[in-house]
Amino acid sequence: MWRFIGFRFLQAIPVILAVITVTFFLVRAAPGGPFDQEKAVSDQVRAALEARYQLDLPMHEQYFSYMSDLFRGDMGPSFFYPGRSVNELIIQGLPITAELGFYALLTALVIGCLAGVLAALKPNTAQDYVPMSVAMIGICMPSFLLGPLLVLIFGIWLDLLPVSGWGNSQGDKILPSITLGAMTAAYIARLSRSGMLEVLNQDYMRTARAKGLPEYVVVIKHALRGGLLPVVSYLGPAFAALLSGSFVVETVFQIPGLGRFYIQAAFNRDYTMILGTTVFLSTLIVIFNLLSDIVAAWLNPRLRYQFRK
Amino acid sequence: MALLQVQDLTVHFHTRNGIVEAVNGISFDVEAGKTFAIIGESGSGKSVACYSMLGLVPMPPGRIESGKVLFQGQDLLGLSERALRKVRGKGISIIFQDPMTSLNPYLKIGDQLIESLRQHFGMNKNTAWQKGVEILEEVGIQNAAQRMNAWPFEFSGGMRQRVVIAMALVAEPEIIIADEPTTALDVTVQAQILRLLKELQERRNISVIFISHDLSVVSDIADEIAVMQNGKFVEQGDREAIFRNPQHDYTKKLLAAVPATQKKSETVDAVPQVSLSNLVVEFPGGKGQEKIRAVDNVTLEIKHREILGLVGESGSGKSTLGRSVLRLLAPTSGQVVFEEQDISKYSRSQMKPLRRRMQMIFQDPYSSLNPRMTVYDTLAEPLLLHQICNRKTLDAEIFALMDSVGLPRESVLRYPHEFSGGQRQRIAIGRAISTKPSFIVADEPVSALDVTIQSQILDLLLDLVKRFDLTMLFISHDLGVVRYLSDRIVVMKDGRLVESGSVEAVFENPSEDYTRALLDAIPGKRLFVGDSAESVGTETIP
Amino acid sequence: MTSESGSVEIINIALEMPKGTSLWKDGWHRLRQNKLAIHGFSYLLLLILICLVTPWIAPYGYEEQNLRLGAVPPSAEHWLGTDTFGRDMLTRILYGGRISLAVGFIATAVALIIGVTYGAIAGYAGGKIDNAMMRLVDIFYALPYMIFIILLMVVFGRNLLLLFLAIGAVEWLVMARIVRGQIQSLRQQEYVEAAISLGLSPLAIIFKHLMPNAIGPVIVYTTLTIPNVMLLEAFLSFLGLGIQPPQSSWGVLIAYGVETMEEYPWLLIFPGLALSTTLFALNFLGDGLRDALDPKASRD
Repeated sequence: MWRFIGFRFLQAIPVILAVITVTFFLVRAAPGGPFDQEKAVSDQVRAALEARYQLDLPMHEQYFSYMSDLFRGDMGPSFFYPGRSVNELIIQGLPITAELGFYALLTALVIGCLAGVLAALKPNTAQDYVPMSVAMIGICMPSFLLGPLLVLIFGIWLDLLPVSGWGNSQGDKILPSITLGAMTAAYIARLSRSGMLEVLNQDYMRTARAKGLPEYVVVIKHALRGGLLPVVSYLGPAFAALLSGSFVVETVFQIPGLGRFYIQAAFNRDYTMILGTTVFLSTLIVIFNLLSDIVAAWLNPRLRYQFRK
Repeated sequence: MALLQVQDLTVHFHTRNGIVEAVNGISFDVEAGKTFAIIGESGSGKSVACYSMLGLVPMPPGRIESGKVLFQGQDLLGLSERALRKVRGKGISIIFQDPMTSLNPYLKIGDQLIESLRQHFGMNKNTAWQKGVEILEEVGIQNAAQRMNAWPFEFSGGMRQRVVIAMALVAEPEIIIADEPTTALDVTVQAQILRLLKELQERRNISVIFISHDLSVVSDIADEIAVMQNGKFVEQGDREAIFRNPQHDYTKKLLAAVPATQKKSETVDAVPQVSLSNLVVEFPGGKGQEKIRAVDNVTLEIKHREILGLVGESGSGKSTLGRSVLRLLAPTSGQVVFEEQDISKYSRSQMKPLRRRMQMIFQDPYSSLNPRMTVYDTLAEPLLLHQICNRKTLDAEIFALMDSVGLPRESVLRYPHEFSGGQRQRIAIGRAISTKPSFIVADEPVSALDVTIQSQILDLLLDLVKRFDLTMLFISHDLGVVRYLSDRIVVMKDGRLVESGSVEAVFENPSEDYTRALLDAIPGKRLFVGDSAESVGTETIP
Repeated sequence: MTSESGSVEIINIALEMPKGTSLWKDGWHRLRQNKLAIHGFSYLLLLILICLVTPWIAPYGYEEQNLRLGAVPPSAEHWLGTDTFGRDMLTRILYGGRISLAVGFIATAVALIIGVTYGAIAGYAGGKIDNAMMRLVDIFYALPYMIFIILLMVVFGRNLLLLFLAIGAVEWLVMARIVRGQIQSLRQQEYVEAAISLGLSPLAIIFKHLMPNAIGPVIVYTTLTIPNVMLLEAFLSFLGLGIQPPQSSWGVLIAYGVETMEEYPWLLIFPGLALSTTLFALNFLGDGLRDALDPKASRD
């Protein structure tokens, strides 16, 4: 088991390194420097700034300098917000995004699995069509459409829930979490439905019933394990989807999280911020994928056994 | 007073395409401690009949039209689901056919084993676990205590079936329904499992309802037999009556389908058409595992116009050998010589001209034909590729082929899924002989077919061999079938040839233990009429 | 006259024999019974047709502004209302549809071509070549593509061509995996072995035996990729990273709509409806195709 984990971990490292390197050179290769945007600066000030941000050094030296800083956990100062470092900004935005993502994932898992399992238990009936149609809506209505609509309906017309901020007013976490989790919930519903359907058709379900077990035991003890396996495998990509979804949701709901910082940094050509956030988020995604693979392998008895050796 | 009384059971399926009358008024009694066998081919309704007794047939499409099933003073068909659950596993339990899929791969063996104990008797986990260990020992599993903690995939097919049997026994039922329990197993394993069932039955005085398509299998263990066709019992009686004095045509057909007599040997040339020398075929193993030696140093010859029977169980390497002779696989070392050419290292283009002279018939009629090609396309392909005929005579040639293999001409534009298994196999045979080959490898060509169809296909093969002067390598795990067809037999185990000789020599005087074990494992020895007094009963078969 | 499979010409006699029902016909029957899928298909056809002829039938010019009018709700002259510049929404949505659909189909086509070729080669070659090729796919798969796409769009400007390439570069990975999986499992079918033993060349085997049987899932997945691609484009455009004005896609229109949704909700609702209904139709069609073409994946 530990060999497996170690092996996958080793595989993840070159990926992370690749991400950092590609992003670095990509960002640096962009036409137009960070100071070309709005403020008109005199040449003297520009030279001083460039020196401070090491932009006057040759490219590979900048790279190594960045990497060594990174190793020590320092992502450099923000280009756009003078006086604030990237680390600081990430630490500020991270907890908020994490909480949003957590609630969204929870919602998605609970609603999705429930809907999918219920649908699989009575295929081709109302218990199947209704949840699956709703799920289809979740897939076809992206967060940047759903969010504003929910805001329109619940925030403006009905005036039931707050429409911006996070943790400032009562219930302002509801709409963003639902919006972010909706599409993932829909995917999970479909995955769990097809997973369960496949398991429910297996011979060993008939064996379980033939032993005289009540139906709920048959479903929960025998079917769920295999049926929800596809959902576990999906968790890695789900995480990535939630992360990219947060870019939109935080923008629409004015939430000061990491996602919104990232988008703003992109528009502001805040190099270090872009770089730092990309590196950070990508590492998170890679780690999460790794975790999800490990859990999926652990749940599969054959793999679990093999890695004991 | 019979333990179980089935009266006029009728089960129909109401599907979108009409009503399927799966079971049509069958009646039978099962006495305590006796074995009642139901014999029928696929689609006869035998499994549906038994499952519907326990309410295990999905009832929306299925419906019990009439009948009574009396057990322990109740009519099972009238019971509620809750009441039925009390009978399942405890009064009547089931052993299913395929041990590879009837165990839950995500639960440990011990967990699955003790479920019915806890459900029916409310035992706590420790007591139940102990009982589980005892039962595993009883069915012959070593290290039972450790094995309780194992996963299903750690067991072989035969071992898994033992576990399934243990699961069926653990709540001490009065009746066990065994649904083709040995069909998916190797011949020697099958014999072991049948022996186990017999022991258990005698020791615990359980009644068994044994479902099978194979009369020979039940000839050893059944007390009473019912022959089922299209949902009805066409004949019913005790064992002796059925075997000695079959009344119904279908029963006679089933009995005759057991290849009893052996074909006459044709004259065989002494010149070898195919010869293998020290052939070794290895495959790379999975991750971190060693190479698998499927064929281990095999040397043999096949003479012109000879039918050589290659016998072995699964994993013996026989299929790999067959494919190597045809150069569908490259040998790791050793020689393959065909018609005096050493083809061991031939490239694809070098093989091409030889291909028309050597063909193969595959086992699975469902996957050996391209589902998107009609019969016409399938037969035309080799004809055109090897320029056996030109486009003008194509139609005529194709029809001639279809006639040879017994396919109706009107079906020439149909697709494989519109045919039955036996007919598909005929198409495959037609494809194989289309290039007018001199050598054919038949890899288990009848194993996937019903018993009555098997004999038809075997006779077809014999006929073709005679008509077209063919040499054949006939691969099978079924000794009875091999005996029917072959001139000579070779036996394979774990990649090696363990015995070879003429059919009489091998059957009457096997020199190897393994061959003896294989012969002993053949069920229904009483059905064989042969030249030897040993392995035969004294009944005459019509 | 060619037979259903289109492979061999039938002459004379055999022509009189009753035709069989191919698997395609079977699948088509099944699809026809799926009302949702058929409705989806018709809707799509209609939409594509309308979008194609838009330049000729649009009631107003695309850029035509009517500043005095400003934004008005749906009326007789402007069926879907106008935006803040007085531009007719119906026209803008139709033109936006052209772009959104074009991106959807073209990017999917790119992914299809690359993915199928790559997957087929890997699947047929097997062994070391296959291992190496799929390892590459695994590595790319692990990269957080969304972040990279955003980066690409930010850095290199909002170039339509780049957009196509970026999206296609992501979607081909899954397509390659699917095709390779299909080809691998098909290779083990006995009719492929039979073809080899008959002496067919590898090329003939791939095209005559493997491709026709592998195409099913490819068609299904392609139909399901188009909505994913459209979603991706709309997402990027919403963030301001995709299609740039003066061109607009539904994503851009939705972004505008969100800005003014309180006062002029129809600016959000109509483009939103256009996008969702199209995605619906595509997904229903894809699901229907999957159910129709794969007999094993039946819902019963």
